[in-house]
Amino acid sequence: MIKIVPIADIKRYAHKKTIKISDETLSSKNKVAEFFRETGDAGLFVVNVVKNTFSTGFEFNEFIRQCFQVGNKSIGLISITGIVIGLVLTIQSRPVLVDFGAVTMLPGMVAISIIREMGPVITALICAGKVGSGIGAELGSMRVSEQIDAMEVSSANPVRYLIVPRVLATTLMIPILVLYADALGILGSWIASNIKGDVSFVLFISQAFGDVDFMDFIPAVIKSFFFGAVIGLVGCYKGFNAGRGTESVGIAANSAVVLGSLLVILVDLIAVQITDLL
Amino acid sequence: MKGEATNSKDIVIKIENLKKNFGSLEVLKDISIELYKGENLVVLGKSGTGKSVLIKCIVRLLDADAGKIIVLDEEINTMKSKELDSMRGKIGFLFQSGALYDSMTVRENLAFPLKRIKKDLSAEEVDAKILKTLEDVGLPDVIDKMPSELSGGMRKRISLARTVIVDPSIMLYDEPTTGLDPVTSDEISFLINDIQKKYKTSSIIITHDIECAKAVANRILMLHEGKVYMEGTLSDFEKSKDELVQSFFKSKNQ
Repeated sequence: MIKIVPIADIKRYAHKKTIKISDETLSSKNKVAEFFRETGDAGLFVVNVVKNTFSTGFEFNEFIRQCFQVGNKSIGLISITGIVIGLVLTIQSRPVLVDFGAVTMLPGMVAISIIREMGPVITALICAGKVGSGIGAELGSMRVSEQIDAMEVSSANPVRYLIVPRVLATTLMIPILVLYADALGILGSWIASNIKGDVSFVLFISQAFGDVDFMDFIPAVIKSFFFGAVIGLVGCYKGFNAGRGTESVGIAANSAVVLGSLLVILVDLIAVQITDLL
Repeated sequence: MKGEATNSKDIVIKIENLKKNFGSLEVLKDISIELYKGENLVVLGKSGTGKSVLIKCIVRLLDADAGKIIVLDEEINTMKSKELDSMRGKIGFLFQSGALYDSMTVRENLAFPLKRIKKDLSAEEVDAKILKTLEDVGLPDVIDKMPSELSGGMRKRISLARTVIVDPSIMLYDEPTTGLDPVTSDEISFLINDIQKKYKTSSIIITHDIECAKAVANRILMLHEGKVYMEGTLSDFEKSKDELVQSFFKSKNQ
């Protein structure tokens, strides 16, 4: 019978001098098998997280602490990005709309662009960078310094204490950050409109939201929850399964950003297709 | 200074034909060990011989590939999650790095296992127990400090306090004196003996520090290339004419 050894176990001991297994040896030996093994590991990880989310003993204090980490600590970056999206979209679109005599459509067009796509995707990509890398590095360094093992031998379930609060925090806070970025994007658009023209705030808002309907708003919010879950899960998976050496922390943080960003774009593609069918 | 084992020959840990591989690499090859009640068993060996893997298999941080691990008359490898948690409450594990939680104060670090293993304790009882354990390791004043504010020796002592706070009957020490100066190493060795007396623990001490082994060992076992190479008392090892044993003891004494 072939015994399946978790890839993380092998990597964790690969740094020992007497164990001559490098990542390169592992991957070159059978890249396809490694891909499927890692995908299987990731699938089991997600199942474990879902199971622990609905089990007893929810770590409420840790969840609140993580919401603060994800939300409050990203707010500055999201504020700047939100306003800049609105400013840039308006400054770029205005000359074309002026040429066609359709400048009154500018608030609606910008609002729809921001609410449907720019707000959720850009906020999620920024969070994949800031929050995803933070989670990957934090859990990776906890793995390297044996803190996660210490939790396990203390009869504490590290998935319940470390992973569930982080995944729930990103799932809840990223949609809130998206709504905040949307609001600031529209504010930025109004500021840009007033650089070249003179539009009252009330008129701008009424024109912007006059063109936005329910189906622009709801799918965008729903996909933001998925973006949040993906960012949290990827960051946690990469950090939790980091190897033992210090370089593993950097690798975990880096791969959390790369894979998180890629998955955000893929989830967006699927969400756009589903919305299009509705 | 050396601790004294009780006369009882009750076995608290019995390992039979343990094997552990990582991929194609055999780390532990057919290991059989017994730990008797109240004794300090020192496991010596060069880096990479599988010493840490051995004690990680005992608490199921790693799953054994073959063999039996019987702890307090119960087979570890077949335990379900809840039984394993309950068993882990009876085993203290001191990590090589200390493994203090960076984001928590010393008080929170000590409260973390206590609240999860001894769930019936009130908040006052938890606080009292934390203070008493910190006094036992000689550091009652650092209770509200963060781990980053402590020296290496202090971190090791706090880590020891976090391990013994749940009153384990078995202690597993993973290289307790690594990275410490000789004076602090002696203090940790003294604490290991002190814990053996005060808490009546049976311990496995993984080390390659001969001075620590001399100070704490009731019995010594040497691992080499994933197998038990020699077993005996300190004087057996010192008298041994075996080249590997001699070179190991000599190099450490220099």
